[in-house]
Amino acid sequence: MTKLTYREAVRAAMRKALRDDPRVFLMGEDVGRYGGAFAVSLGLLAEFGPERVRDAPLSESAFVGAGIGAALGGMRPIVEIMTINFSMLAMDQILNNAATLRHMSGGQLSVPLVCRVATGGGRQMAAQHSHSLEGWYAHIPGIKVMTPATVPDAYGMVLAALREPDPVFIFEHATLYPLEGELDEGATSFDITHAAVVQSGSDVTLITYGGTLGKTMQATKRLASEGIEAEVIDLRTLRPLDTPTIVTSVAKTHRAVIIDEAWRTGSFAAEISAQIMEKAFDDLDAPVARVCSAEAPMPYAKHLEEATLPQVDQIIAAAREMVPRHG
Amino acid sequence: MSAPDISARATVDREHSLFLLREMLRIRRFEEKAAEMYSLQKIHGFLHLYIGEEATGVGAMQAFTQQDAIVATYREHGHALARGMSANVLMAEMYGKATGCSHGHGGSMHFFDASRRFYGGYAIVGGGLPVAVGLALANKMQKRPAITGCYFGDGAVAEGEFHESLNLAALWKLPVVFLCENNLYAMGTALERHQAQTDISRKADAYGLPSSAVDGMDVLAVEDATRKSADFVRGGNGPCLLEFRTYRFRAHSMADPDLYRTKEEIETWKKRDPIVLFEAKLREMGLLADADLARIESEIAAEIAEAVRFAEASPREPIEDLLKDVEAGPSK
Repeated sequence: MTKLTYREAVRAAMRKALRDDPRVFLMGEDVGRYGGAFAVSLGLLAEFGPERVRDAPLSESAFVGAGIGAALGGMRPIVEIMTINFSMLAMDQILNNAATLRHMSGGQLSVPLVCRVATGGGRQMAAQHSHSLEGWYAHIPGIKVMTPATVPDAYGMVLAALREPDPVFIFEHATLYPLEGELDEGATSFDITHAAVVQSGSDVTLITYGGTLGKTMQATKRLASEGIEAEVIDLRTLRPLDTPTIVTSVAKTHRAVIIDEAWRTGSFAAEISAQIMEKAFDDLDAPVARVCSAEAPMPYAKHLEEATLPQVDQIIAAAREMVPRHG
Repeated sequence: MSAPDISARATVDREHSLFLLREMLRIRRFEEKAAEMYSLQKIHGFLHLYIGEEATGVGAMQAFTQQDAIVATYREHGHALARGMSANVLMAEMYGKATGCSHGHGGSMHFFDASRRFYGGYAIVGGGLPVAVGLALANKMQKRPAITGCYFGDGAVAEGEFHESLNLAALWKLPVVFLCENNLYAMGTALERHQAQTDISRKADAYGLPSSAVDGMDVLAVEDATRKSADFVRGGNGPCLLEFRTYRFRAHSMADPDLYRTKEEIETWKKRDPIVLFEAKLREMGLLADADLARIESEIAAEIAEAVRFAEASPREPIEDLLKDVEAGPSK
């Protein structure tokens, strides 16, 4: 086991892929000389050269589309999009081409594209760099959506995604890059189809992913001190969603709180809530609760941004409200 | 236009010329049948006819080998036929049948043939250009001699993807030939009403791409220019752009009442019908006799009758297979 950061784990996975498979290359804005806006690809240009670590112009649609074309042409591109807000500029290519080509061509075409995208708030980057729009992507049939919350997933999901015959989007919450963890760099198989029960508990299920897993874990410590045993599910992959793990947990705890940094209205949290309603309604002892971001563009000022994002106190309050008092 | 009505090449190979004529006629008759079948409600959705533009599809396609990649638009019946796809699978696709090239998932706008590296019909205007650039990137990175031919219309040059793609292809010296079929209308909006600079070939200057404008009604001129461009691109010199000045004789789609242009304008362009012009030239040169034309027409009529029969007789895709190709199956 090696101790390293989430950032280093993503880099290690890309380095391994670049070494092992000549079809793999990295392309995006400032991934080369600059080393990546979040320093994820630092050093890769020196090791692999400009053919395989390609600095792209600020043309999200063209370089994501070029990734699609290169994938069609037999390559295994990793395309980095600097932030999820910028990915809107490539939405035509993502939705109309990447997600669609296999089905629209009657199964003839395959787009093994991996897109890595920084997501999320918490760094005072304001309303054009901070949103959590991965739920929009999870709406789209034809692509897979992964949201690594841990160091092993930051590593394993890149390698697993490169083995997929279809487009995979990996959303890396930008506050996680300095996160430290243990990694088995010798691991060769990576489960990307199951959610993880990170902590077992009997009173309430806290369902989350990506950047809010840490806050959720903090909340469980305080809840435990109050005698509330929370089970925590890290969804890991939003599409396809591992509904059975959610349903099994809710059948045990009878209560669910969904913590999602996206806006509440029309959100992925709403989707999970609906799944619980459809598949575990009789198990519920309380209405499903959601802790989401305030319905506003992300503000810059620290106190306003904190007030916008889901916080530990809100998670605790939501769980506390639905669990009957012990003793 | 001051250019001669038809290019005056010193020698014109008879066999090849008859092939070009045959290919253009094949597209024309196929589309006339498609329009008829649309009227009979055998074909639904959008149907964008290429009639009038056959010289650009057929002429340019001659410059590409089967190893090259082709990207087209939603007005791609002609490109698909010129690439060698059978009338059967195309007609069946428009009928929405399981034997269609895209199993009835695509319809008229989305023909694909992976075996011919025909990467198909893109119905978001400009959306195929970045894909073409990526196919060229794959060719270059894999050191294959193949190039990419990317067809698009004048409407696409208003899209950001056109500019992003030309820049990226030029920046990375990628082997792609951009083939603009300028039919003077972006749906119903005339070129001078959607472009500040109506000389499309000049837009390539901004990205350092060699470019030229070609008479799109002259199949030999189109073929010549595309062969030269393809040779240039194959030589590792980076991309280039050709603008074919052409015209569609039919409305934008079968749903279009064609209110935005005059009958006189259409009739003027019909005098430069690429098939009529080429027939006349071949006759003048003594390369085409009535019997040749009759034989060609009769063979095409049989091919298209067979395509209709095939489409009519084909089964529909089973509804149980609806989700089959959303993602790769576990075995792939």
